[in-house]
Amino acid sequence: MKTLTFASRNSKEILRDRLNLAFGIGFPVVLLLLLTAIQSNIPVKLFVIDQLAPGIAVFGLSFISLFSGMLISKDRTSSFMFRLFTSPLTSSNFIFGYTLPLLPMAILQIAVCFIVALFLGLTVSINILLSIIVLIPAAVLFIAIGLLCGSLFNDKQVSGICGALLTNVSAWLSGTWFDLDLVGGTFKSVAYALPFAHAVRSGRAAISGNYSSIFPDLWWVIGYASIIMIIAILVFTRKMNSDNA
Amino acid sequence: MIAIKTTNLTKKYKKKIAVDSLNLTIDQGELFALLGVNGAGKSTTIKMLSCLVKPTYGDAMILGNSIISDSIKVKEHINVSPQETAIAPNLTVRENLEFIAGIYGSDRKEARQKAKDSISSFGLSKIAEDKSKTLSGGWQRRLSIAMALISEPKILFLDEPTLGLDVIARRELWSIIEKLKGKITIILTTHYLEEAESLSDRIGIMASGSLKAIGTADELMKRTNTAKFEDAFIALAKEGGKQI
Repeated sequence: MKTLTFASRNSKEILRDRLNLAFGIGFPVVLLLLLTAIQSNIPVKLFVIDQLAPGIAVFGLSFISLFSGMLISKDRTSSFMFRLFTSPLTSSNFIFGYTLPLLPMAILQIAVCFIVALFLGLTVSINILLSIIVLIPAAVLFIAIGLLCGSLFNDKQVSGICGALLTNVSAWLSGTWFDLDLVGGTFKSVAYALPFAHAVRSGRAAISGNYSSIFPDLWWVIGYASIIMIIAILVFTRKMNSDNA
Repeated sequence: MIAIKTTNLTKKYKKKIAVDSLNLTIDQGELFALLGVNGAGKSTTIKMLSCLVKPTYGDAMILGNSIISDSIKVKEHINVSPQETAIAPNLTVRENLEFIAGIYGSDRKEARQKAKDSISSFGLSKIAEDKSKTLSGGWQRRLSIAMALISEPKILFLDEPTLGLDVIARRELWSIIEKLKGKITIILTTHYLEEAESLSDRIGIMASGSLKAIGTADELMKRTNTAKFEDAFIALAKEGGKQI
């Protein structure tokens, strides 16, 4: 009950910020429309809607990191956390309370990308649902990054790290905007050492019905999501129990 | 009945001693003011007693529960109105109150009823559906205290509750605090000496992490041979002043 009460408060704080909605839903949709328009004039294989939609969905998730990181860091650096830390809320109430409301938001964000993609020519198929499910570990990954950044940094640092750095890194190194094979070399190696390109590839494999290709890309995402979530929980708990939360 | 008993409560930050062997007993229903200049150790004491900061040495018993080994039990009995206004900015006044009631264990129905009662008793009806970030400083502080009281704490920590408020808003909060006297134990920290003198049963004066004196305002003036409480405070709070 305490977790749900806290989760409900966090949902309201995020959803009542219009800027969050504009960036979280609006920006990925605008990109989808823009790149589809480019594709219709200058055909690029990468911007075909079934290739583009999973990539934009993954890119959109970087805003989930920004929302969660900003909320946690603002709470941490205000007296509100003083009030919360002196209440009977436990570490698990905090961690689940911060992460639970973000998961449905992230799934909704992915779903909106695919719904818009349907209007742009994506074929209706059960694979859309499969692709949404396959992207859930990516959603957990971005939520974990937000929890970690929010636990470590203040709101200005979070807006720089999650708002600028993460959105760019997840965009450039995901293979959504350009084919990583065209760049090759170290850039490609770095991209495939990180989870973003794997998340996009698994989403694309699911939507195209190429089920055997979903794994091992998805394992990369699940692995990264698990490790970062564990680190985030440890850091948050340590901060909660330290003198300088 | 004893509400708070500290035994050699000490907090060190590296080489700096923020609170030095504090021994203090506060009775249930008492309004105890903790005074001191900046850096005297008041806020650190409040943070230790509310389980936010762990003591380096010593312990404190809150209604018989240790702040070190029984912190969850302690947290069920206390609530805090922090120095800066601590509210959820995008939630309405009513939602803020329901939220705090909920995290202290009330179910949805009970939280709604408690919020309704609190809105009525704190005169928050006109602004009940307003987002708290849109309220003036005085209303935010009033809400912050209402949030601290909605869990029906046995001990309430008020950390500089009237800081930055205009005279009227301050007097209104004084009236709210006076109504609570005798019902719950209140630990009040403030820089406004007239606030401590007017509201509290006893006053403790801290300087350089130590408790220099404790007593009623009259007792402290008598001990320092001063006619004004401000003069008594200055005499006692001076660094290196003798413990009385």
